[in-house]
Amino acid sequence: MEMNRRDLMAGAAAAAAAATLPGAASAQAKGILKVIPHASLTTLDPVATTGYIVRNHGYMIWDTLFAMNDKLEVQPQMASGVEISPDKLTYRITLRDNLNWHDDTAVTAEDCASSLIRWGKVDGMGIRLFNYVDSVTADGAKTIVIKMKKPYGLVLESIGKLSTNVPFMMPKRLADKPPTDRLTANDMIGSGPFRWVAGEYKPGARTVYVRNPKYVPRTEAASNASGGKNVFVEGVEWINFPDPTTALNALMSGEVDYYEQVPADLMPVVARAPGVKLGNFNPLGNVGMGRFNHLVGPTNNPGVRRAIAMAINQADVLKAAIGAPDYMRTCHSIVPCGTTFESKVAIEDIGKGNLEAARKLLRESGYNGEKIVLLATTDIPVQTAMATVVADTLKRLGMNVEAQAMDWATVLQRRTSRNPVDQGGWNMFFTWWEGADVLDPVVQFAMSGAGDRAWVGWANDPETEALRTQFAESASIDEKKKLMDAIQKRQFETGNFQAWLGQFFMATGYRDNVSGILNAPPFFWNIRKA
Amino acid sequence: MPLFILQRILSTLPVMGFVALIVFLLLRISGDPAAILAGDTASLEQVEKVRQSLGLDRPVAVQFFEWFGRLLRGDLGTSLFTGLPVATLIGQRLEPTMFLATTTILFSITVAVPLGVLAAWKAGTWVDRLVMLLAVVGFSVPVFVMGYFLIFGLAISMRWFPVQGYVSPFVDFSRFVNTITLPTLTLSCIYVALIARITRASVLEVLNEDYIRTARAKGQIEKKVLFKHALKNAAVPIVTVIGLGVALLIGGVVVTESVFNIPGLGRLVVDAITRRDYPIIQGLILFFAFVYIMLNLLIDIAYTLVDPRIRY
Repeated sequence: MEMNRRDLMAGAAAAAAAATLPGAASAQAKGILKVIPHASLTTLDPVATTGYIVRNHGYMIWDTLFAMNDKLEVQPQMASGVEISPDKLTYRITLRDNLNWHDDTAVTAEDCASSLIRWGKVDGMGIRLFNYVDSVTADGAKTIVIKMKKPYGLVLESIGKLSTNVPFMMPKRLADKPPTDRLTANDMIGSGPFRWVAGEYKPGARTVYVRNPKYVPRTEAASNASGGKNVFVEGVEWINFPDPTTALNALMSGEVDYYEQVPADLMPVVARAPGVKLGNFNPLGNVGMGRFNHLVGPTNNPGVRRAIAMAINQADVLKAAIGAPDYMRTCHSIVPCGTTFESKVAIEDIGKGNLEAARKLLRESGYNGEKIVLLATTDIPVQTAMATVVADTLKRLGMNVEAQAMDWATVLQRRTSRNPVDQGGWNMFFTWWEGADVLDPVVQFAMSGAGDRAWVGWANDPETEALRTQFAESASIDEKKKLMDAIQKRQFETGNFQAWLGQFFMATGYRDNVSGILNAPPFFWNIRKA
Repeated sequence: MPLFILQRILSTLPVMGFVALIVFLLLRISGDPAAILAGDTASLEQVEKVRQSLGLDRPVAVQFFEWFGRLLRGDLGTSLFTGLPVATLIGQRLEPTMFLATTTILFSITVAVPLGVLAAWKAGTWVDRLVMLLAVVGFSVPVFVMGYFLIFGLAISMRWFPVQGYVSPFVDFSRFVNTITLPTLTLSCIYVALIARITRASVLEVLNEDYIRTARAKGQIEKKVLFKHALKNAAVPIVTVIGLGVALLIGGVVVTESVFNIPGLGRLVVDAITRRDYPIIQGLILFFAFVYIMLNLLIDIAYTLVDPRIRY
């Protein structure tokens, strides 16, 4: 079904009836922004699940204590400031004025303390932070007090993290739910710039948000997830399109305003279409990876993993998966290129398609023609291309390759198996992570070498773990960069946790009457529709 | 007749029970919704916690009897992903599918039956060959190709219709007509072709009967001969094909709803299968099975209307 302006305004009646506070951009709010998101929103709890679509939904409704700006620096968001004791064992975070939940109750420090605790039970970076946390409490209505067992170098970086799972602040009654008890459509109460229209939610088809007239933006300019979240549209309607061609037609005919991720093969059509623009608004991009299973042969052999990482040519993978030169680049660092911790250590032979050297390494590893099973996704074109190119590369390397075709849902199930390959096990699967999720070796869960507690593939390397801990505890950027180099060297020299497949960027298509799109994940504040 | 209807309705119960069992078991070996729900970046521990919270770690037999018990109480269950009742989700999506199916059936019958009668009447002429050629094309061209063809021609080039979407007739009837036209035309192609061919064959057979010759000899006008005498006697196979075609229609609805971005049941079932959202898939398959059984019952009843010799 389709929604018109009158419906949307009726849905927002309660919100619209409220008095407007200083700073809100109500007078200029105009139009309904119709958006094609990259996926359907079927789960609604951004703390309990890791999907990017749920994260984006979270940013609509909820707000964060701290947030990252364009330079990936942590800035106060709901917080007005933070006092850190000289021994770095106490953090006193003060909430700024005029913060209210969508049900018109005030945001309190107690709400925020509960929200941090819930997030700390689920998110990898949160769990690591809470290993150092002694207590999180409220001191009065506006001050959150975090007491540490010992100093930790990533306290604000964790609380202000940009991507999944984002520590969104929620009312205490929601935050007190265990993470396994997921929030539902009736729990969408936040303090963010948009309000949820429960009656219009049709999972898999449509999601509607209206401007929160009581939201008081910060006075700074919007920058990534930080700064003033001024809303210049009356509402945002997410419409799911199962078919990319229909989505493209809808954008070109003006029936929608914003197409979050235009598939690579449709980019040339969008680029030529009148009234439509194409842009890259996520400079961090995405990082492709072929994840190894460290428990079963032959990828439990570090030499085999190194040979594979050496044989793969990122340029070939990117050409097949993306194809558009402006939207891809080879990147041999284990964090996104162009970011603070990019490392150029030990990259000489990795991901450059050096087949001769790789064959030599494979022989030296003792590989003896054992079958290597690739889980080849068929329903996500970028992953399909990754699997196809890597399978071909491994055949040319001289390996006994079996690429098993299956949909992504089956990959997610199969990859949890620890069995040998002849009993349903696997050696490699292919995916990508958003740049914001792999910015450093601590936020990057794929870099965990904690064995059973690591990501699927169960990489087990205590030395990497020790280096990651040192990275987390360090307060000096220079020292962190050195540790980053050490981790990367360790990765490449002792057998990679994953083969890196290059950095690529998703193109966003939008009508030429839309302006103000931020260089960030898909945020819908700051956007104007003429 | 009332006894026959009651017997038929009662006979649906074991069929539905069998469908429920098969669907339940097939889904349990098809994938793990916990891994999907937890997300790509989740650890095995997180996946296991989700699995426990959904009750998927319990024995399959326990899960089945719990679900079946709820089913007997009329509860189709709750979506694993959205937390919403399956009945609510079906209710949200039923209207667009129902209207699309209805407009398609009505349009198809309205166009196909006269075309089939015309082809039979003009059998062997260019008219007959043209109708049959169109029927072959309509039956051969995939639904999605026809959809894109119509979108390009009538929505993008001519701008007569929107590319996508659905507007309820209860909200704005003219926009409903605007949005439902292209999907109806798309989905009708196969159906028109099927009914036109069967109508032609059935009417052609009847036209060689003695009573038709008698009607003509009595001086009946050709229109009456065709539509009163021939068509009525040829109606049983046509009604049968219309009924059987509903199964075809359900498959076509899935594709048509995707091509025209209509938020109907077809898309709901595809999305649920992709995510392995068991309760939705189970609920929808039972729903489709029920609809199909009821339609067959209606067709059996319709036989008595078109052929007085048939009595139950």
